[in-house]
Amino acid sequence: MIETLKFVAFLLLKIVVITHVLLGAVAYTVWLERKLIGRMQNRWGPTRVGPFGLLQPIADGVKFILKEDMLPPGVNKPLFVLAPLLAVALGLTSLAVIPFGETVSQLGKLGALQISGFVRADGSIMDPGVGLLIILAVTSIGVYGIALAGWSSNSKYSLLGSLRASAQMVSYELSLGLSLVGVIMLSGSLSLRQIVDAQAGPFWHWNVFVGLQFIAFFIYLTAAYAETNRIPFDLPEAETELVAGYHTEYSAMKFAMFFMAEYANMFTASCVATLLFFGGWHSPLEGLVKYSLPPLLAALEPVFWFAAKIFVFIFVYIWIRGTLPRFRYDQLMAFGWKVLLPLAIANIVVTSLYVAWRTV
Amino acid sequence: MTDNQLLPYLPVLLQLLVAAGIGAGMVALSAIIGHRKYSRVKMQAYECGMTPTGDAQHRFSVKFYLVAMLFILFDVEAIFLIPWAVVYKDLLRKFGWFGFWEMIIYIGIVLVGLIYIWKKGVIDWNVDDAKESASGSD
Repeated sequence: MIETLKFVAFLLLKIVVITHVLLGAVAYTVWLERKLIGRMQNRWGPTRVGPFGLLQPIADGVKFILKEDMLPPGVNKPLFVLAPLLAVALGLTSLAVIPFGETVSQLGKLGALQISGFVRADGSIMDPGVGLLIILAVTSIGVYGIALAGWSSNSKYSLLGSLRASAQMVSYELSLGLSLVGVIMLSGSLSLRQIVDAQAGPFWHWNVFVGLQFIAFFIYLTAAYAETNRIPFDLPEAETELVAGYHTEYSAMKFAMFFMAEYANMFTASCVATLLFFGGWHSPLEGLVKYSLPPLLAALEPVFWFAAKIFVFIFVYIWIRGTLPRFRYDQLMAFGWKVLLPLAIANIVVTSLYVAWRTV
Repeated sequence: MTDNQLLPYLPVLLQLLVAAGIGAGMVALSAIIGHRKYSRVKMQAYECGMTPTGDAQHRFSVKFYLVAMLFILFDVEAIFLIPWAVVYKDLLRKFGWFGFWEMIIYIGIVLVGLIYIWKKGVIDWNVDDAKESASGSD
């Protein structure tokens, strides 16, 4: 009994620490985005609060908490409060299955660098066998947060924004799911750890360089941008048409929660891209260059490579926001159904031929 | 303790609870600390400077229903493809090309469905395009 309680308490500690690391990363991604977009548009971005505006996220957080939490009379109150909660909760849940390294010594015992990973007695790691499926499931429930927010707000802008968002997200989810089938075929598993292990070695072993998987990667990336409602697919919150889309009626922390959910989803999408296509925590030069690090650095090296790859994807997110204009709605739907979906199906056929040619 | 196959799913549940707790905490914090000042105009739904008329639970375009229905149809396809993809290599080793051809037939059937809705103009959101392709296919 005591043993079980200690186990659960340690697990909770692990979850709380890792979740807060993600929340901190989310806050500073907002800062990074404002700074980078500022430089791309030839302005400075935040500079006033702290050096380089580094304390801006904290100032924003305090401001969000102190602002009036409005509850307009016409709204459906339970759903209006539930929607941002659902968005944040689901945005943070997929973190549980994401592995970011092999093992590290935790309080004298060997622990896996993954919330849901456990080290067996023989040193191998046990993780959820359907990790990828859990991520797909959790991200697809995320549609509810946005749909409920728009419907319960009793505002026409919100309703239009959430209708657009729901239709867009379900349309692109098809291509997203189908683009991953090729990777699943190559590694023969849904466990994120096994998918990464199958790509061990120098960088040309990564799935994105195998066969025609770079096409699958681009389908995934495009669909992920649409899933997270980022430019060029940010029609649900197109400022020039819909004010702020589905969160027009929200204020204070509830408003901020939609942003946190969006950025947490960006991180999840980047993590999945890294794990499935870019070799996860493996160094690009693995097996090519021999070097030795002090034990502590050696333990953190995989985490460094994982974080570096995620940073690149986050940077690309911001870069694209600074570069591309927004799609028109009919173009968006046509692109999803007439280009991405057939391409994703074609990719499955080609990859299955490739795998058959390599196996049979 | 660490031999149970279902053990790795416990943290997922705990994570969901912690994440919901963080969300509820944020909602509560801003509801408690944020000050309130009532004003009739402020409480109206946002309408770009005009007085809003009626509520917003209106009828909306039937296209959104169609997209939702199509999503369910095609998402089931994706769900059927995933277990096949997991065991694909084993299928090839045991039965040769059988596993490949069977799935090609399945994908073919789904593709016929996609071409049908395409020709019917269900996924054309531009009204003129939709009319053109609908009249062209009849």
